[in-house]
Amino acid sequence: MKVVTGDKDIIQPENLVYKRSSILTDKQFSYCPGCGHGTAHRILAEVIEEEGLQPVTVGVCPVGCSVLMYDFLDIDMQEAAHGRAPALATAIKRLLPDRFVFTYQGDGDLAAIGTAETLHACNRGENILIIFINNGIYGMTGGQMAPTTIPGMVSTTSPYGRDVKTMGNPLKITELVAMLPGTCYVTRQSVHTPAAVRKTKKAIKKAVEYQKRNMGTCFIEIVSNCPSGWRMTPVEANKWMEENMFKFYQPGDLKVPPEEPEKSKDDNE
Amino acid sequence: MEKELRLMKGNEAIAEAAIRAGVDAYFGYPITPQSEILEYLMEANPYEKTGMVVLQAESEPAAINMVYGGAACGKKVMTTSSSPGISLMQEGISYIAGAELPCLIVNVVRGGPGLGTIQPSQSDYFQACKGGGHGDYHLLVLAPASVQEMADFVELAFDLAFKYRNPVMILSDGAIGQMMEKVYLKPYREREKTLPEWATTGKPPTRERNIITSLNLDPYLHEKHNQKIQAKYREMEKNEVRFEEFQTEDAEYLFVAYGTSARVCQKAVQLARTEGIKAGLIRPITLYPFPSVRINELAGKMKHIISVEMSAGQMVEDVRLAVNGQTEVTHFGRMGGVIPTPEEVLEDLKSKI
Repeated sequence: MKVVTGDKDIIQPENLVYKRSSILTDKQFSYCPGCGHGTAHRILAEVIEEEGLQPVTVGVCPVGCSVLMYDFLDIDMQEAAHGRAPALATAIKRLLPDRFVFTYQGDGDLAAIGTAETLHACNRGENILIIFINNGIYGMTGGQMAPTTIPGMVSTTSPYGRDVKTMGNPLKITELVAMLPGTCYVTRQSVHTPAAVRKTKKAIKKAVEYQKRNMGTCFIEIVSNCPSGWRMTPVEANKWMEENMFKFYQPGDLKVPPEEPEKSKDDNE
Repeated sequence: MEKELRLMKGNEAIAEAAIRAGVDAYFGYPITPQSEILEYLMEANPYEKTGMVVLQAESEPAAINMVYGGAACGKKVMTTSSSPGISLMQEGISYIAGAELPCLIVNVVRGGPGLGTIQPSQSDYFQACKGGGHGDYHLLVLAPASVQEMADFVELAFDLAFKYRNPVMILSDGAIGQMMEKVYLKPYREREKTLPEWATTGKPPTRERNIITSLNLDPYLHEKHNQKIQAKYREMEKNEVRFEEFQTEDAEYLFVAYGTSARVCQKAVQLARTEGIKAGLIRPITLYPFPSVRINELAGKMKHIISVEMSAGQMVEDVRLAVNGQTEVTHFGRMGGVIPTPEEVLEDLKSKI
């Protein structure tokens, strides 16, 4: 039996169980400790690497905390104006139909200022993936009320809690896009536990596959946290998210393709 | 291949010229008086013939952001609209200028402010030439005065846009968009197969990733970026000034007018000459960069200069800057969609003598 005596013996390729995705750059994330963005970026990067998509991927960043996403991912990216990412992605996919095109947007970007672009891109059935990070708050600007802030939730612009009578109701935009004929896959996930991370990664892989088959718009909501904006520790934030956000935004598939047309063919290959 | 002669509306000429110039995509939203452009393209269905994408967007902001996305892929992409729609596009135009993307934006101007009128006007000169959106930037602005120029300027606009990596605007008006004239159409040009090296098309192992953005959080870096785009504008001012002169050789009175107003002034010059008044016309073809140097040269010989515009007087400010006090400069114009007659213009000239 071989006795392990030091690092040199352990650090061998055959012992490798996990490594940083080659799609992630060396740039340090600008996200706060405990924020879900880092994990969401990481699994997206892993899917791009594992599926060999780097040479065919064009991504679109939003305005919000992930505005500098292009610093962290080693892929071609465009930075959109606030809310307009689905319009950019529409043109990219129409002009380069064989590329993998995705947008990555927060709730303010996607469900307030960009509502029209979101709904119409989904309704046209653009063959793109929209990744929607919903943390119920405007993070980058310092924690203001978002279109997705749940009733009673405190933010800097709803300091006594969201009063739906005067401030309006939170918008379940994922339920809305699921109703549109252009979407083929609409799901709500999270990245706060290892199991949830695995499920979300699987969802992104499915979306890649559906986009290859030109099946329509894929829409993945990731219910996430904002420890800084919520004024909580990362652990408190995840707990609060599970207990409150998940009641309003229930995780799970909202729409899956009725059948996977080429599945049997794929299986035969 | 021979040039083809057709009788067309200005709007139709833009659409047909775009197909022939090898444009990759058009994104637009209906608005009078330029909806014929989108209609013509939808009917022509160029996707079948040249592969040109034509898409009716849900709004002008969506259309201009589709232009951003397509242009960032290194493609020849354009949109068209009229004044209120162009106002809605200003955010996107500022981002496009900031991200240094080439594209064509056509404004078939109608009277404002607000919903205004659907009749022709030239009241968007400031918006077109002085930035329009936020930040320090310029569009290169071409002002056609005929249906022929509506067609010809499409190809020119894309050549200039790609030369400088800067958005180009064709500033037309409802009269030129709607009127019919004969137009010689150029033969079909193939769509570009090779894309610029800065385009976001998917990162191959052979190059670094491409990023299209207008964001710079470091003020010193962002100042450098601003200096870079300002240097482009100085280059345009050196190389791209275009204008046309009509009977300026012996002129004592000068009209400065572009687009529809220039055609009215050409007639006014003829009428003035029959009455023994030595009038002339300079027609700026590029409104930015403005033919300031030539106007400055001409100004010394002039007893009076009139900037004739279908507005309350916008270009007149640039004319005054160019003339630099050498002679008196006034404005004459009609507003709200009214086109001045040559007789009215002549009458205004006579009042200055």
